[in-house]
Amino acid sequence: MTECPECGATINLPPGTEVGEIITCPDCGVELEVVSLNPPSLELAPQVEEDWGE
Amino acid sequence: MKIGVLTSRIRVEEKLLFQALEKAGLDYERIDVESIPFLLNSKAFASFDAVLIRCVSHTQAFYASRVLESQGVKVINSHHVINVCGDKLLTSLALLEHGVPTLHTIVAFSPETALQSIETMGYPVVLKPLHGSWGRLLAKVNDRDSAEAILEHKKTLGGYAHSVFYIQEYVEKPGRDIRAFVVGGETIAAIYRNSSHWITNTARGAKASFCPITPELDHIAKAAAEAVGGGILAVDIFETPEGRLVVSEVNHTPEFRNSIEPTGVDIPAKMVDYVKKAAGGEI
Repeated sequence: MTECPECGATINLPPGTEVGEIITCPDCGVELEVVSLNPPSLELAPQVEEDWGE
Repeated sequence: MKIGVLTSRIRVEEKLLFQALEKAGLDYERIDVESIPFLLNSKAFASFDAVLIRCVSHTQAFYASRVLESQGVKVINSHHVINVCGDKLLTSLALLEHGVPTLHTIVAFSPETALQSIETMGYPVVLKPLHGSWGRLLAKVNDRDSAEAILEHKKTLGGYAHSVFYIQEYVEKPGRDIRAFVVGGETIAAIYRNSSHWITNTARGAKASFCPITPELDHIAKAAAEAVGGGILAVDIFETPEGRLVVSEVNHTPEFRNSIEPTGVDIPAKMVDYVKKAAGGEI
């Protein structure tokens, strides 16, 4: 269990979550990057860069 | 056998690939491209039999793949393939040089020459950045006023690469385009990307549906994949009003989350099987 750095909502990371995964805060909708699993920790996700893609 | 997966952000695709690697019983290690230094003139990665490049950043994939290859590591896709597919101009040239049907394209290096080229080609045309994905920064130019404005904006507001003006014919698509997945020279699956918008990327809201792999589609998809160097690729193809197939672009780090269900093909398993063969020296 951790909290959203934007709005403070409590967030439970589901099983199978990976470090580096982008999740969405269910309360405020901001995109968050999982930076640690043990202990669980979230940061605001980076903005999409111009060279991102397939 | 040891497999590396080079990543930065973890998308659904990377999680599915991890699951496929585990299901195949392969020893793999995730390598976060942003967390480790890449020491040149070393053999730091020599213990890997193959490394699958899954960076969301083209620039990271471009340089990291080259460093790994300098250490003798088998990289999928290769640095050459990443270089060609990551640059629309280089992709166009590779397709043309291999006789693969593609879109009529002009490159110009000044706004003035670009405008002349657009007028010669005839409206509408499409202006695309050389680099980039997900249908971003594409511009359908319908008339001279639009052309002048967009060219000025690109020159003034964009980085230097935006002053290489990549001008392509506009194809009136039948409300869809085709994405064909080619792995190791085999067309393993294809989808239609359906949208009422002229941009038909699923990242822009297009809906995926099953597309049969006809002999014609199979041929052009394989030819496009071979033209850019082969590996694990997604080939984007347009159907012209005349009924021809033409290749628009080739993607070197395909996203496939929306393509498994409509095709019924276990795309990540096919990709992992290819990586396994590469690691085993079969490719």
